Amino acid sequence: MTPMLELEGVSRRFEKTFDAVEKLAFRLGADLRETCVNAVDTASFAVGRGEVVGLVGESGCGKSTLGRMVAGLLPVSDGTIRFEGVDVTDARNPQAREKRLRIQMIFQDPMSSLNPRMKVQNIIGEAAIYHGLTSRADMPAYVAGMMAKVGLDPSYAQRYPHQFSGGQRQRIGIARALAVQPDFLICDESIAALDVSIQAQVINLFQDLRRDLDLTYLFISHDLGVIEHIADRVVVMYLGRIVEIAPTDALFRGPRHPYTQALLDQVPRLGAGRQAFRTVKGEIPSPLNPPPGCHFNPRCPMAGPRCRAEVPRTITVDGHSTACHLHDGGTA
Amino acid sequence: MSVLDIRDLQTHFFTDDGVVKAVDGVSFSLDAGEVLGLVGESGSGKSVTGFSILRLVDPPGRVVGGEILFHGQDLAQLSNREMRSLRGNRIAMIFQDPMMTLNPVLRIETQMVEAVRAHERISHAAARDRAITTLAKVGIPSAAERLAAYPHQFSGGMRQRVAIAIALLNGPELIVADEPTTALDVTIQSQILAEVQELARETGTALIWITHDLAVVAGLADKISVMYAGRIVESGPTDQVLAAPQHPYTAGLLGSIPGHGRRGERLTQIPGMAPSMSRLPVGCAFAPRCDLASEICRSTAPMVTETGAGQGYRCHHPNAAQKVAT
Repeated sequence: MTPMLELEGVSRRFEKTFDAVEKLAFRLGADLRETCVNAVDTASFAVGRGEVVGLVGESGCGKSTLGRMVAGLLPVSDGTIRFEGVDVTDARNPQAREKRLRIQMIFQDPMSSLNPRMKVQNIIGEAAIYHGLTSRADMPAYVAGMMAKVGLDPSYAQRYPHQFSGGQRQRIGIARALAVQPDFLICDESIAALDVSIQAQVINLFQDLRRDLDLTYLFISHDLGVIEHIADRVVVMYLGRIVEIAPTDALFRGPRHPYTQALLDQVPRLGAGRQAFRTVKGEIPSPLNPPPGCHFNPRCPMAGPRCRAEVPRTITVDGHSTACHLHDGGTA
Repeated sequence: MSVLDIRDLQTHFFTDDGVVKAVDGVSFSLDAGEVLGLVGESGSGKSVTGFSILRLVDPPGRVVGGEILFHGQDLAQLSNREMRSLRGNRIAMIFQDPMMTLNPVLRIETQMVEAVRAHERISHAAARDRAITTLAKVGIPSAAERLAAYPHQFSGGMRQRVAIAIALLNGPELIVADEPTTALDVTIQSQILAEVQELARETGTALIWITHDLAVVAGLADKISVMYAGRIVESGPTDQVLAAPQHPYTAGLLGSIPGHGRRGERLTQIPGMAPSMSRLPVGCAFAPRCDLASEICRSTAPMVTETGAGQGYRCHHPNAAQKVAT
């Protein structure tokens, strides 16, 4: 069976090339270099229909960039993205555009993704009219249905975003995404900005929608608790590369990559009593100048000479993939 | 004697829409080396409580009642000059955003030396030495060289460490930390928590850790106070509060946290949202969101029921966890 979404060697580079002045300065011998960041480096994974895949990593690891590429908001530098077997990498292809409509994104900060001058009704209904899912005359009823679905009172349709609370605004963002009847939702830190009690309401809403509308999610978050709760499978990223992919239970029970192990070790947990907080040494290196070999090697307690020289391959055992030399013949 | 003893603190904001009782009758005390987790959602008054201790509440806000006793001395009675000699010296604050503490156009050295010499008559060289020692203590590598750097040359986690180092410079007896790790990644957060934990243990500094994250508090704090709508609704030793919450709000908050082996199940959610602080309901402020609310909750605000020293709750229907479960 073809998976719903398939990424094959997807990369994204951000390059800063010289402008005219810098070119001149460079010719005159200034110490300048063209810089290039590999925000996402050959990422490959698949998402099956009805699955919730969690994408975790620390800030700057490329998880949002990856999400934006899947959503079609950022062009891909290399590799292919297939949706239901159709290549959607190039958004200019009309067939790809049609498929892309079924992938929608929900953003972190609802206030910066909702137009403050538009009424909620138009925010939710605009795209649906454009794509012919409803007519201008039927739009109010269509929007009311969407609002009811996400737990908003349809009588608020004539209000502006600033008249809502944070949790309600996030529901508006969800209703807007649902209005074009997608099958696949990308949630990029969609609950990170919300208070704990509101967060729980929105997580429950995501779960209900998944069941009622048969949705598939790519759930991007730095919060491992949320990922453990909602995801079926987890993809862990570090400095632009995928280091581990595993079913949620397997990952939280037995993480294989030293980075995942360190990460899980450091999540503050309820019910663990007083904790001695343990630490991974050092910080994430600059993506401008990542360490050679395995990106995690300067911070890894198990690193050997091979880790500093050779980029690890991804090894898959029982549906649990790891990119680490420890699982591929040792680090020596 | 306690390092800090707050009794019935009231901080109100006098706005055009009426009086906002941001902090309304908060009491707690803290001994040397003790860590208090002050937990609440946005708008619960936890940060205003912290600002009130350092007398940093700006108009239209004002501390209108209660006592803040620091080693038995009421801070409200101090002159501005006396208060200034206390701030950054015996009482320090760490803010959520380190850029609020750091001046972007001054080198770290200038800022740290200034902070030392504002309170002590020592030479520049001695102050610089202390800055280096303190930076090393919070885990900044090659501290001596990094002194020459500007704040923007540090990463977010490093910047927060610098801010913490500045708070530690003069060996304060009390640190008020307002969501200092909320903006940081988990690995950086746990590094900072580890350092803070060690400090409280080694130097006997009392610490108020203001946060919305119960999981952080669970691992760090000796005792917890949970705030809702300007009041402490429950307080007590961390283990007891987390294991057997008395107030339905505490129980609800605990149930809202995802990821405790209840994968895929619905989270217990607290319905509705926090009330507007300028139009609080009569009676218990939590009543409109509470499953256990009855007539009395909607008419009379519950008083504190003490269950031990520094342990108690404000609820007409306590023992929430058990009742919700059955």
